[in-house]
Amino acid sequence: MFRQLFRKHEFFIAIILIVISLTIGLINPRFFSLANVFSLLRRATIMGIFSMGVLIVLISGGIDVSFTGIAIFSMYTTVSILVARDFQGSIFLPFIISGLLGLILGLINGVIIGVFKLPTLIVTLGTLSLYRGAMLFFVGSNYYNQAELPVAIKEFARASVFTVETSSGKTGLHPTFFILAFLGFIVWYVLKYTMLGRSFYAMGGDRESAERAGFNILRTQLIIYGFAGLLSGIGGMIVGALFRQANPFSIVGTELDIIAAAVLGGASIAGGRGSVIGTLLGVVLITIAKNSLVLLGIPSEWQRVIVGFFILLGTAIPMVQSLVVQRRLAMQRDEIPVTS
Amino acid sequence: MTEELLQVNNISKNFAGVQALEGVSFTISRGEIRCLVGENGSGKSTLIKIIAGVYQPSKGEIAFHGKLQGNIRPRNALDAGIQVIYQDFSLFPNLTAAENIALNYQLSRNKKFVNWREVHAIAAEAIKLIEVDLDLDAIVGEMSVADKQLIAISRALLQNAQLIIMDEPTTALTQREIEALFYVIRNLKEKGISILFVSHKLSEVQEIADNIMILRNGIKVADGVSDEFDLAKLAYFMTGREITESSFVYDPAGKSPISILTVKNLTLPGRFFNISFDLKQGEILGIAGLLGSGRTDLALALFGIKPAKSGEVSIEGQQVHIRNIQDAMRFKIGYVPEDRLTEGLFLKQSIGRNTIIRILDRAIGWLGLISPKKFKEQIAIWVKRLRIKTNDPGLPVASLSGGNQQRVVLGKWLASNPKVLILNGPTVGVDIGSKMELHELIKELARKGLGTLILSDDLPELMHTCNRILLMRNGRIVEEFTTGDITEQELNQKITESIA
Repeated sequence: MFRQLFRKHEFFIAIILIVISLTIGLINPRFFSLANVFSLLRRATIMGIFSMGVLIVLISGGIDVSFTGIAIFSMYTTVSILVARDFQGSIFLPFIISGLLGLILGLINGVIIGVFKLPTLIVTLGTLSLYRGAMLFFVGSNYYNQAELPVAIKEFARASVFTVETSSGKTGLHPTFFILAFLGFIVWYVLKYTMLGRSFYAMGGDRESAERAGFNILRTQLIIYGFAGLLSGIGGMIVGALFRQANPFSIVGTELDIIAAAVLGGASIAGGRGSVIGTLLGVVLITIAKNSLVLLGIPSEWQRVIVGFFILLGTAIPMVQSLVVQRRLAMQRDEIPVTS
Repeated sequence: MTEELLQVNNISKNFAGVQALEGVSFTISRGEIRCLVGENGSGKSTLIKIIAGVYQPSKGEIAFHGKLQGNIRPRNALDAGIQVIYQDFSLFPNLTAAENIALNYQLSRNKKFVNWREVHAIAAEAIKLIEVDLDLDAIVGEMSVADKQLIAISRALLQNAQLIIMDEPTTALTQREIEALFYVIRNLKEKGISILFVSHKLSEVQEIADNIMILRNGIKVADGVSDEFDLAKLAYFMTGREITESSFVYDPAGKSPISILTVKNLTLPGRFFNISFDLKQGEILGIAGLLGSGRTDLALALFGIKPAKSGEVSIEGQQVHIRNIQDAMRFKIGYVPEDRLTEGLFLKQSIGRNTIIRILDRAIGWLGLISPKKFKEQIAIWVKRLRIKTNDPGLPVASLSGGNQQRVVLGKWLASNPKVLILNGPTVGVDIGSKMELHELIKELARKGLGTLILSDDLPELMHTCNRILLMRNGRIVEEFTTGDITEQELNQKITESIA
């Protein structure tokens, strides 16, 4: 039982997470206050939604750095359209438009990658820049502040469940958390219990074998990058709502943090490995590293250092695991008696 | 009824003017084990790929189950029960054994959802068919080559295979694993499944085949019942020339030779223990032993990759400490790892560049930059010294014959002027013609005073090239033989004696 746990990457990340939470909480009990927990979850939710797309891309053996570009393009374009038409409807339409825009941009990635068989990193580096540039040129670079946003988005930003009264005011859990929980469940189910999900792992494990086995690689890639784009569009809208502004420059540069969270959670850059649980644990760990160290009195400049340290740690764990296994085998061999 | 499972009629194939196959015909009947033999580049792979529908023939016809096929697509071949197990097995290293076995089957039945209990049951059923025991929950990437192969075979059987084509199936297997594979193959034969066994290892071919056919330069040069061929005949048909290999005679030439490498009580806990031996100048010393006997660890220790913990190493009587590769190279020890001889070339680069890649420092001129003049001089020196047969060292290495390519690889190491050369499996994956040339080269070097250690699974190779053989087992040297005093059979028996 323990040996099985030991082989699980998620087990180590969970332990690190618990140790760090307890340490921070013991030094500064405010860490465990509802206000702080809800605020952390809010930040982790945004990262978490993007991370699901990133996870699937990584499992299939690719890497996508364009998702922040897609997210902001979709959100900002949606808000621009809605503001221009003085939109008064419900929150669903903004999400649908943004999601569709994301899906289209993701499919463009998928077509370039799948049809022309180009390296995913290069393609998405290219489209990241392309989408951002196109947005700034064609849609604009004006920033919409809270007052200018459509009413539905403003209301959505204020939404809250489990609202509690604390000394510092009202606090609650934002409903986007449930969007993430739902998405997480879907992705987990698809990865584990559908042939589509297994085809992602097969492709990431050995692309040529997957092709020989009869998987339709092009179709799978379109699904993967289309889905990642859809999630980016939805995630972008959530960013706009929760930040309470449509800023064409927000979340730029956070691509690598999210990829790092997935890698920390056990996804392999080389493809073929990764899980929803691990990725979400990685997201929480990075969120804490970026937001809660201040509670310990650690200067905020150190955030990057700690995040970097976690990434190294996360990639080192599988190495250490295999070393331990090897050493155990060597020890066993040492006990073989001499026969002649 | 003896049904003709596969009929190949007068197949030709050319690629951009290069004739890969010319007028090849043969048939395979139910339960037949047919071996396809040929040197690298003889057209074996092309033939397999045509049968599997990966390539289309330029001329000729193919019939499955007596029915003439038009354009064969991979799907048609699979539907006819023809399964190819390629050298890389086409497995998924990140998935478990069970999933690897069941995945293609599930996919071919158009499954959309995965029931893990069913996956397990399917896999368990499949390995029962070949009567082996495998840990179905193990991750395939962490399994041995032999196990991977069994997984590939059971996966093929699940797809209702009637003809299994195995491309060089024994390449990375130990003697014992090969025997286990042969057991499985004979078992399949009894179940009426046919095997097309593609190989260039003649002794294996003889052991397993019902019928043997030989390709040379795309033409079928021989076809017949296995018993009609002996090793010499097979080798002759394959290479088109008589292959005779003389054994190595170690001749210290009267004078007492110096010990070039002396090892005393060398130990690396868990890997090897109290290893002592003495390698004289001009000697070729073989190290035999099963995989896991510690012989590779010993070589790695001598080359400083995984240094030993205790014991002494002396080079020409001078005690040395080898803590890393740089040390080993300073003490003039060279190490050619397994598969380096076949894969250690930059095939598209020129012969000359390949030859002097390890000694570029000798071509350095003004300002520490490479001087084109010295570069050319070095190339001229080494091409001549290694007797590489080429008119123009500027041609790509790929243009050389197999044997000459091997010369370039060895030459690369020799250019750095070693005193001791350690060769790990020097001819793994090399066909018989090139192999002989390579053995001659090794012997020639020994005659010039190089001390050579050869680690090999290939017993005839050890018997032909070495003057002494050390047998390792469980990390210890258990016996030493002089090659003249022992036969191959005796040696084989010693090696495979049970590891109690």
